[in-house]
Amino acid sequence: MIEIKDLHKSYKMGSNSLHVLKGINFSVDKGELVAIMGSSGSGKSTLLNILGMLDVADTGDYTLDGVPIKDMNETKAAQYRNKFLGFVFQSFNLINYKSAMENVALPLYYQRMPRKERQEKALKYLDQVGLKEWATHLPSELSGGQKQRVAIARAMAAEPKVLLADEPTGALDSTTSYEVMDLIQKINDEGNTILVVTHEEDIAHMCKRIVHLKDGVIVEDKKVKQVRASAYV
Amino acid sequence: MRQLFDSNTWQEIFQSISKNKVRTFLTMIGVFVGIYIYVGLSGASKGLDNGFERQFETVAMNTMFAWAQSTSMPYDGFKTGRQLQLKVGDIDVLQNRIPEIEYITPRNAKGVFGDTPGVVVRGTKSGNYAVYGDFPVFTRIATKKIYDGGRFINDEDIEQTRKVCVIGERTQKELFDKEEDPIGGYIRIDNIYFQVIGVHKFTPGGGFESDSDIFIPFTTYRKLYNTGDNIGWLTMAAYDDADVIQVEKDVKSVLKSIHRVHPDDERAFGSFNLGEIFNRIMGFSNGLTFLSLIVGIATILAGIIGIGNILLISVKERTKELGVRRALGATPSEVRNQIIIESLFLTLLAGIIGIIIGALTLKGIDMATQGTDFPYANPTVPIPLVLGALGLMIILGTLIGLIPAQRAVSIRPIDALREE
Repeated sequence: MIEIKDLHKSYKMGSNSLHVLKGINFSVDKGELVAIMGSSGSGKSTLLNILGMLDVADTGDYTLDGVPIKDMNETKAAQYRNKFLGFVFQSFNLINYKSAMENVALPLYYQRMPRKERQEKALKYLDQVGLKEWATHLPSELSGGQKQRVAIARAMAAEPKVLLADEPTGALDSTTSYEVMDLIQKINDEGNTILVVTHEEDIAHMCKRIVHLKDGVIVEDKKVKQVRASAYV
Repeated sequence: MRQLFDSNTWQEIFQSISKNKVRTFLTMIGVFVGIYIYVGLSGASKGLDNGFERQFETVAMNTMFAWAQSTSMPYDGFKTGRQLQLKVGDIDVLQNRIPEIEYITPRNAKGVFGDTPGVVVRGTKSGNYAVYGDFPVFTRIATKKIYDGGRFINDEDIEQTRKVCVIGERTQKELFDKEEDPIGGYIRIDNIYFQVIGVHKFTPGGGFESDSDIFIPFTTYRKLYNTGDNIGWLTMAAYDDADVIQVEKDVKSVLKSIHRVHPDDERAFGSFNLGEIFNRIMGFSNGLTFLSLIVGIATILAGIIGIGNILLISVKERTKELGVRRALGATPSEVRNQIIIESLFLTLLAGIIGIIIGALTLKGIDMATQGTDFPYANPTVPIPLVLGALGLMIILGTLIGLIPAQRAVSIRPIDALREE
């Protein structure tokens, strides 16, 4: 599903440049649930941004579902993001003046889906994350865990090939974290490919594979026995 | 373009502006005030314009008056300070020498410029009223509306020196009973009986006349007051295509040559030119229209710049939202268009509300000044000016929207999302 070869990325910080990714080689198959771990500054978020086409690599190849991702203009990247990728952010990033349902329907709006259809689909995904009754509520009326579940529903609404989650539990307490991870595991059980960036060991072990990043290189890439989050809930 | 006609776009925009009511309100207020001032001012100046025109409509615009004063220069053996007197004979000379004069008529009056007015008696009622000696041609220069059943002085009245008179509305009210028909009735003017032949309707703005004036034939006046060949002043109308100011000068120089006055003596004859006054007033109201145009456009401009300013701030405030939208698949052009359409929509909405409220205000002022002497009538804003203002708002609203839109697009989604 994802193929990365010799990926480099550096940031210009004034006169000196900061080499963040120093040759990443890495591939993800369909249906995998991968945790990307590392301390802050290890380059894990940069890697996820490049995977999410929010950022571009300096050198190296990136193939997503057989499509080479390079030399993209913003318009093209936006269309690919809409079609291929779902995002879940640490700070949820829901639009605060839109109801839960409207937030979930937003990626569908950019697919030019008619309003009725959009809302039906949004409701369906809200139902899947267990928040159908909260459809008309604004994000400010939801708890952190609920917000993240809305965000996950939004990411899934466009039926992406890969779900990218950047510290999805970073702003949540452990109980809620496990609820969210339980949801992510369930989505993964349906065959969806998911990448989770985290620095929490217990969250990482709820995935099927852990990739350790350190100073811009992969130091460890191992399959683990998945811990079901439902055991904690 | 596709985006402009997509109902989804509008839903997004309505949501975005209705969920930020304070921002929307503040954004719109600038343009609203701008267009309101624009409509109000240009309507008001048009109203004044109409008002002036209405005040002048009873008098031909190319009308002038001339009268005799006293000399201020010695000439031809006469010493300075000689009192001059216009004579009936001057009229023929003027008419022969100045072909631009269409109508010319002498006028005598009693009780207008400080002298004693005529004593008018009817039965037990009496009053003092100004009396004018007139020729029928006078109605060619200044229209005199005569009420039903009556007429103005005619040529036979002049020839036969008839003792007939046209009275004013107020004269009628004061001398006759309410249900009495004054036409055919008799009144006594300075002890001579006159038959009333008409009642003239008073129209304001015609100078020194009033609603109580009595007009009698010029020849009768001459006999009654023993004025001989003397005339009070001349009333003239030039042809429409004539240069009134030049005619006025010519009239004065001809009068100077008749009366043997130094050609450079500016004080010997007085004159008054309605056309010039009218032009001056019209120039004033044109200036007012122009001023209101400038002020209005400047205010609209300021309002639109205000919209751009607030949208710029709102883009900054919405950085994260725009980042999320970009991450969810909004293309840069979709983001840009959304902001531009928002700007355009706010500008137009504010503009249309401003036009409507401005029009209502004008209507209100019109109703309040109806029936008063205030020179103000039918204040309207010409449709092309309104459309022009709307067009200006569309163009400027789009252009000003481009700035925040470009700002919005230039923010990379990753930077927008990183901002905590």
